[in-house]
Amino acid sequence: MLLGRTANGLYWMHRYIERAENIARLVDTGLHVALTSSSDQADSWESVLQSAGAAVAFRNRHGDVDPASAINFMLRDTANGSSVLQCFETARSNGRMVRTALTREVWENLNTAWMNLKAALANPVEEKKLPEVLSLIKRESALIRGAFVGTMLRDERFDFARLGTFIERADNTARILDVKYYVLLPATSWVGSSLDNQQWESILRSVSAHRSYRWVYDVQYKPANIIDFLVLNPRMPRSLAFCATNIVDNLAYLERDYATRHACHDTADSMLAGLKSTTAADIIDRGLHEFLIDCISGNNKLGNEIAESYRFY
Amino acid sequence: MTFFDEMRQDETTRWPYQDFDRWFSRQMPDDLQRKMSDAEQVFRRTGITFNVYGEAEAAERLIPFDIVPRILSGAEWRRLAQGIEQRVVALNAFLDDIYNRQEIVKAGRIPVELISRNEAFLPEMLGVRPPGGVYTHIIGTDIVRTGENDFFVLEDNARTPSGVSYMLENRETMMQLFPELFREIRVRPVENYPQLLRRSLETVAPPACDGPPTVAVLTPGIYNSAYFEHAFLADQMGCELVEGSDLRIENGRVAMRTTAGYKPIDVLYRRVDDDFLDPLTFRPDSALGVAGIMDVYRAGGITIANAPGTGIADDKAIYSYMPEIVEFYTGRKAILQNVPTWRCSEADSLAYVLEHLSSLVVKEVHGSGGYGMLVGPAASKKEREAFAAKLKARPGNYIAQPTLALSTCPILTGKGLAPRHVDLRPFVLVSDQVRIVPGGLTRVALKEGSLVVNSSQGGGTKDTWVLDD
Repeated sequence: MLLGRTANGLYWMHRYIERAENIARLVDTGLHVALTSSSDQADSWESVLQSAGAAVAFRNRHGDVDPASAINFMLRDTANGSSVLQCFETARSNGRMVRTALTREVWENLNTAWMNLKAALANPVEEKKLPEVLSLIKRESALIRGAFVGTMLRDERFDFARLGTFIERADNTARILDVKYYVLLPATSWVGSSLDNQQWESILRSVSAHRSYRWVYDVQYKPANIIDFLVLNPRMPRSLAFCATNIVDNLAYLERDYATRHACHDTADSMLAGLKSTTAADIIDRGLHEFLIDCISGNNKLGNEIAESYRFY
Repeated sequence: MTFFDEMRQDETTRWPYQDFDRWFSRQMPDDLQRKMSDAEQVFRRTGITFNVYGEAEAAERLIPFDIVPRILSGAEWRRLAQGIEQRVVALNAFLDDIYNRQEIVKAGRIPVELISRNEAFLPEMLGVRPPGGVYTHIIGTDIVRTGENDFFVLEDNARTPSGVSYMLENRETMMQLFPELFREIRVRPVENYPQLLRRSLETVAPPACDGPPTVAVLTPGIYNSAYFEHAFLADQMGCELVEGSDLRIENGRVAMRTTAGYKPIDVLYRRVDDDFLDPLTFRPDSALGVAGIMDVYRAGGITIANAPGTGIADDKAIYSYMPEIVEFYTGRKAILQNVPTWRCSEADSLAYVLEHLSSLVVKEVHGSGGYGMLVGPAASKKEREAFAAKLKARPGNYIAQPTLALSTCPILTGKGLAPRHVDLRPFVLVSDQVRIVPGGLTRVALKEGSLVVNSSQGGGTKDTWVLDD
């Protein structure tokens, strides 16, 4: 037996940890692009802000984009609910609320992460300290995840937490692709342009996939391959298909445990079926942007259905 | 004023501390300092914190932990435990009497105004007999010591006493830091408290319960000062930690919203004050409780622990009558002494108190946590004058006690051991029988000479040992 509020807390704790990690990766990408690209720095940070879904909030608060304030906004601004610091703050208060549903190790790693990041992000981060802080963020979330996977009983608590992780991750991957969808279109992308190579590299880097891409596909970046990798490849841990498979699996465990099937089960199943029956070429034909918008809204709908079916509120 | 030190008397070590002292003399000071900071790290990482009210952004703070244990011999403990048991039995009998026949009032042993005009008295509880006849299930009896054989009860916390999680975590921490110490010295265990609590609560399940009782802990939420403890106890008892927003009344039962629908609760260990328990009966603006829970309670649909209205038994004005109360219900003299108490509601006492403010401790009748009290000897003339004005305005709101020569126990400072004042809160469980784990929470004033041990006022805690002798 599990309280609805506890399921909700587990779900959001994991959404926010996932989000923090993705933001850190995006900032890392921005940094990398800024160092290697000849293009306008403000443009590249604008696009990082967009990938993080923070561009509008940033503009309302700061106006024009400059690297230092973009980084500050994404890492530690308390007015930005999705800054890394606020993500950990929210993850930790959710964790504190549900600490009876967590193993001691998960809770202690979460609490330690929160303390360490609060200290590391207490002041604006100097540029030379940035790589260190970004790897701290990734390390802290890896420790929480490691403790979670290593110590949690595989029961409903585990399932609700995993649902949070994969719904957030699918949303993040879809958004990252959507911001860059135009560089993946056939008309604008011809193999060999160094600018495009950089853009594609930055997409892959922001999901930590620039190395594994080469294990699976050509050394040369091709739009269809990148779409295949990030959307359809069932073995790529941040692809939409991988997320959907995990969501379906975790929901199936819940269905079995409760002996009840809800609307969210059908939504998840058809989401996965849709991804399995399509190809990168289909997606490009249909329009990558339209496809991704559908994915994002389908994912949202699924999240709401889960919350309703399992009485989160 | 001279103080009784529990470890050393005239250069010799009192016998309960002898084995410890031998161990201690073999330790390197640097190692001990490092262990101190290790302990602090453990507390921080575990999130064993409390929130201080009135501080910016609900800051979470650590209660300082001192690694020198407070040690009681088995014989000392046995006497204390007997006295405490006698007292909690009397408290429950008193509550049952007050909310039913009121014999003690009819017998003229306590004045009727003390009940009828008392904020802690709940008319809603008149004629209600809780399941098992138990009103106050969980009690923290505050005890102070002034000499070899002089123990006094300072307060009976019969509402929602806190601190038991510190008793347990302090022991856990000590065992992690100094495992060898526990091999050398036989200390009676306290670890089974959560199991005892669960068993004790299950024993008083309501008539509506048909099967293994479902127990839950009700917390006001993560911003409450004792939230860590609420989560800790729910965790250790293996039961749900619920908030008001999780609960509603369904089919005459209090039920919690689970991922598979609403499930009835049989026994609710509530850590929410009476006032907030039921917006339909008490404070209408409360979002911390459950609308309608009092009706369910009166109909035997749920056990609330502690029962609403138990505050009438631990208020500081009633406290002054405890010797009479113990004798009235148990037929025997109280084993544990009360601290002499002046009730400022009585004109003679008020005059005495005003005249001797500089030597007395004055407390609010319903106060707790060290808030709103005056420690005469430590207060400035100006503070005393301000307090005297409050006293004259509402004398019935105050009691006064002599400044007690609280015993001391050493703490570890940068310069070695130094005596500091301590008190003791053993935790008592009442249901089919009285259960007391040997030990309790020792609170210690960290400031040299300070007599205020409350954590909200900068006090710390110690592991408390009862020797297995």
